[in-house]
Amino acid sequence: MIETLKARANEDEALVRRGRFLTTTFLIEVGQTAWLIGIFEGRVVSVTPGPFVMPSSSFALRAAEEEWQKFWSSRPPPGSNDLMALIKRRVLKAEGNLGVFMANLRYFKEVLAKLRSQGAVA
Amino acid sequence: MTATFEPVIGRYMHLDLFGRPHRIYVEEAGAGTPLLCLHTAGSDGRQYRALMNDARVTTGHRVIAFDMPWHGKSSPPSGWHNEEYQLTSAQYTGMILEIMTALELDRPIAIGCSIGGRIALHLALEHPERFRAIIGLQAGAHVDPYYDLNFLHRPDVHGGEVAAAIVSGLVGPDAPDSERWETLWHYMQGGPGVFKGDLYFYKLDGDIRGRVAQIDTRKCPLFLLSGEYDYSCTPEETLAVANSIPGSEVTIMKGLGHFPMSENPAEFLKHLLPVLEKIGSR
Repeated sequence: MIETLKARANEDEALVRRGRFLTTTFLIEVGQTAWLIGIFEGRVVSVTPGPFVMPSSSFALRAAEEEWQKFWSSRPPPGSNDLMALIKRRVLKAEGNLGVFMANLRYFKEVLAKLRSQGAVA
Repeated sequence: MTATFEPVIGRYMHLDLFGRPHRIYVEEAGAGTPLLCLHTAGSDGRQYRALMNDARVTTGHRVIAFDMPWHGKSSPPSGWHNEEYQLTSAQYTGMILEIMTALELDRPIAIGCSIGGRIALHLALEHPERFRAIIGLQAGAHVDPYYDLNFLHRPDVHGGEVAAAIVSGLVGPDAPDSERWETLWHYMQGGPGVFKGDLYFYKLDGDIRGRVAQIDTRKCPLFLLSGEYDYSCTPEETLAVANSIPGSEVTIMKGLGHFPMSENPAEFLKHLLPVLEKIGSR
């Protein structure tokens, strides 16, 4: 499913415009499975599945698969509806250079919400 | 095209607070029992716009909302440019009581959300005789920090953008888009470091866990209303407060989040109106 992120994110012109000053690579872990997401000027340009030997990324978001599945459901339950909700419950670990993450927080919330089954309330 | 006006009137009040002159913006609408509205951290009195525009509320109530110093259209005090803003329980309580006295409010109903809900618990404990009833929205006794608050005020992160992005998920899923984004806009407009300074009260200084059970609802009725989708002050935390205070009344509002009066006024009023009715009949 994460492979679809490139198409789902890039078709949202407003999202890409808001991210135009963002160029970075971040790592997402869904349980044991990792992906590197490359972003260039607000556009998702690569979604690379692991496993990796020496992955380089500005920051990483790590959570169990069942937590991501709840987050990506069409109407996530309370406590699973937002990245900050997952962080508050200590089930999502955000690690690395979180300055990039926080300075573009709306962008990252909305990009990851694109993986919801339909629509997206970020 | 015809212009229309809301029945809301705003004025600037000059008042000494904490020994310093302040210019405070106060809005009001309606007539009757005073209903004093306290906004959330990093926002302002516009959060209560729907209450001020709803005849079911304003027919029997004088709805009043002030912007706290540093917030909305209220200025920070002279000298602010070399200070770090940090809200304390003592300042917050003092400002509310001073403003009530200045406006000659006789035992108003207080309604406060988030930090306003927390201070509502402080008021219920320490000054119950000053209020007809107290309504705490999203009121918990304490919240542990769950992100690094320094991100809220540093030059390489836009303060307004990050504040709104942090709280965006606290809005419930059923909020109409217009009200959701109006609510977030207020956060985007906050001054540098103001949201962070409010959270000093919310997450550190205002911890009332050890004393909340001493609130005596025979002196002042206490109503607690919390949105189901609030992960900052969770329903469980509000229920814990309610369970420790005999006589308090609690409602968990389905589908609502952390900003019920602003994010989804139509749904919120379904919960608030019966509470106001109950208070009116006492």
